[in-house]
Amino acid sequence: MNKTLMKQDWYQRNEIAITPWLFLVPGLIMFAIYVVFPIFQSFRISLFKWDGLGSLATHGEYIGMANYEKLLTRDRSFNISLWNNLKWLVFYLAAIPAGLFIALFLNQAVRGIRLYKSLFFFPFVISQIVVGLVFTWFYDPQYGLFNGIIGFIGFKPINVLGDPTLSTYGVIAAGLWPQTAYCMILYLTGLNSVDPEQTEAARLDGAKGMRMLWHVILPQLRPATFIAFVVTVIGSLRSFDLISIMTNGGPFGSSRVLSFYMFEKSLSEYGFKMGYGAAIAVILFLIMMVFIGYFLWRMYKDEKAVNR
Amino acid sequence: MRSVLKATAVSLATIVALAAPASAELTGNLKINLDTSNPAPRATMEALIAKFQAANPALNITTNVIDREAYKTQIRNFLSADAPDVLTWYAANRMKPYVEAGLLEDVSDMWADGTDIANELSSTKGALTVDGKQWGVPYTYYQWGIYYRKDIYQELGLSEPSNFDDMLSNCEAMIASGRKCYTIGNKWLWTGAGWFDYLNLRTNGFNFHMQMAAGEIEWTDPRVRETFANWGKLIRMGAFIDDNQNKDWQQSLPFMIDGSAGAILMGNFAVSPLREGGLTDDQLDFHQFPAITAGVAMAEDAPTDTFHIAANAKNKDNARAFLAYIVSSDAQTEMNNGANLGQLPVNSKASVDDDKFLNQGFEMLSSNSPGGVAQFFDRDFPAEMAQAAMEGFQEFMIYPDNLDDILDRIEGVRKEVY
Repeated sequence: MNKTLMKQDWYQRNEIAITPWLFLVPGLIMFAIYVVFPIFQSFRISLFKWDGLGSLATHGEYIGMANYEKLLTRDRSFNISLWNNLKWLVFYLAAIPAGLFIALFLNQAVRGIRLYKSLFFFPFVISQIVVGLVFTWFYDPQYGLFNGIIGFIGFKPINVLGDPTLSTYGVIAAGLWPQTAYCMILYLTGLNSVDPEQTEAARLDGAKGMRMLWHVILPQLRPATFIAFVVTVIGSLRSFDLISIMTNGGPFGSSRVLSFYMFEKSLSEYGFKMGYGAAIAVILFLIMMVFIGYFLWRMYKDEKAVNR
Repeated sequence: MRSVLKATAVSLATIVALAAPASAELTGNLKINLDTSNPAPRATMEALIAKFQAANPALNITTNVIDREAYKTQIRNFLSADAPDVLTWYAANRMKPYVEAGLLEDVSDMWADGTDIANELSSTKGALTVDGKQWGVPYTYYQWGIYYRKDIYQELGLSEPSNFDDMLSNCEAMIASGRKCYTIGNKWLWTGAGWFDYLNLRTNGFNFHMQMAAGEIEWTDPRVRETFANWGKLIRMGAFIDDNQNKDWQQSLPFMIDGSAGAILMGNFAVSPLREGGLTDDQLDFHQFPAITAGVAMAEDAPTDTFHIAANAKNKDNARAFLAYIVSSDAQTEMNNGANLGQLPVNSKASVDDDKFLNQGFEMLSSNSPGGVAQFFDRDFPAEMAQAAMEGFQEFMIYPDNLDDILDRIEGVRKEVY
């Protein structure tokens, strides 16, 4: 017995412990190269004054925390972008109840329901750029449908995307369209796994309408709600394409968010401040970390509860 | 040996290309990146490259045409990572970051005294010079000015304004007739910068404008405020079309075509879409931006587009030959004629196509611009400065009352940039 154990080589003895890591290695390497390493690189670049042309070592000038100091104390555009990010965060969450509502509405056996479902899901499939263009035309002050509608009700025309106080809300509304579809599909799959016996039992006990939804259906949809919450929060912090296509950050920078401002400062037509852009990226990363940390902690707790 | 060969190749190629592209001298590869993605410029460039290919059958030419807007952000990647031999770009400050990063080839040898380029392209040498060296060659330039609906002006009994008071009174008449005076689409910011350029050049003169570009003058200076005060007069009287902050320049043209606006301040590239929109040369005319402050010499914007060689290029001799070919008088005449680019040739020996607007523009730039010729706001001012200022212009055109706040903000950026 002992002899055979001795004969086995090191790998065979530790196979159970090692194999999972072997499977993880390719992913971990990718993750390290494309995610972890760039994070540290951004931290480093954010301490330099560098135009992004030529190498950092020869063309960059080390300036310590000066980029952060300027961002946090003297940069009004940064404040506007941060506020807009907050608006995105709050109002984008409307996609979750809206998605739930549509999912409940579509969760019935009617002839051709698959077609209706796919039509509702359509905005999520098409490119964000197309969504942005469609909404730009929708809002057009002269010919747009939006002003046609509010004019019909008797309001004066509004140039949504041209008004610095409204432009961000206009873009968020456009973003809600595909995001609602995304939440809807999450809830539709969640509704498939709702236990019909529980629903039946609740119905026998006299539950219906809102009480049924709140006390019987929603608790069973908790995993779907959690995922919808995660993707919506992350999505709101990453908002970029819609802003770029609909307003280009304007008018006069009023609809920028951090990710767009970062791009503008470091990579756009007039942006040659790579270090400053990296500092914005780091701050955006730290904000995201708060949420991601919370999600990871919740998932960890749930896993532990399941394993117990 | 190699340097001798190189030198002969360069001079030979120059001579060959300038004289008649007949004998096949060039071999190897030539990779060209172009930002001329609009249909007419694209066809023009491809035709010229085909001619160069025909003259050099042994040469293996690869051409990449990149979307004009995307090109502006891609250039920094391809210059360092995957350098072409020849590339298009813009003169003056727009090329400066790339020159300073060592990504463009010094072509001062092509501009040396006595060469054809030095003799025939001298007018644009300054725009291609950084640190006393030349970093590329120009291939086209075009005038800016006011394109207006002659038929509407005649209907209202107006004539081309020669001073600011005329401009304002013309505008009052336009507004009284239920029209707007000027159409503009300012979503991408540079159209408003054209207005600032002209108002500042006319109010304070070319030298003052260039001192501003060099960062020597505060944006809160009373003379700068004077420029904005003149601009404010036009804005407050309702001279510009509404909602211009979220239209691009193409979207501003229909106002001119359907007659709801009388004029536009724009580069000569607006003529072709206006003609395609249905305006005849009887309806459309051009005039120089009128004088504002008496005694200030007229100065114009005439942006120059350029060809460069990448510092990391692999076939620099072929690239030099191509540059020499593209600026030769024959190629210049053909490239810039009305059927092709419809702009002005940079070579003084090339002939300007007989087109109404090109003739007017050429005459204006060669005889009626004694103050000097500027490139354009975002080519004369450093990138970061231009971005911040143009954003301010966009706001000013909608909320002229925010002027103090806008100028303070721009001044804050000026203090950091220079």
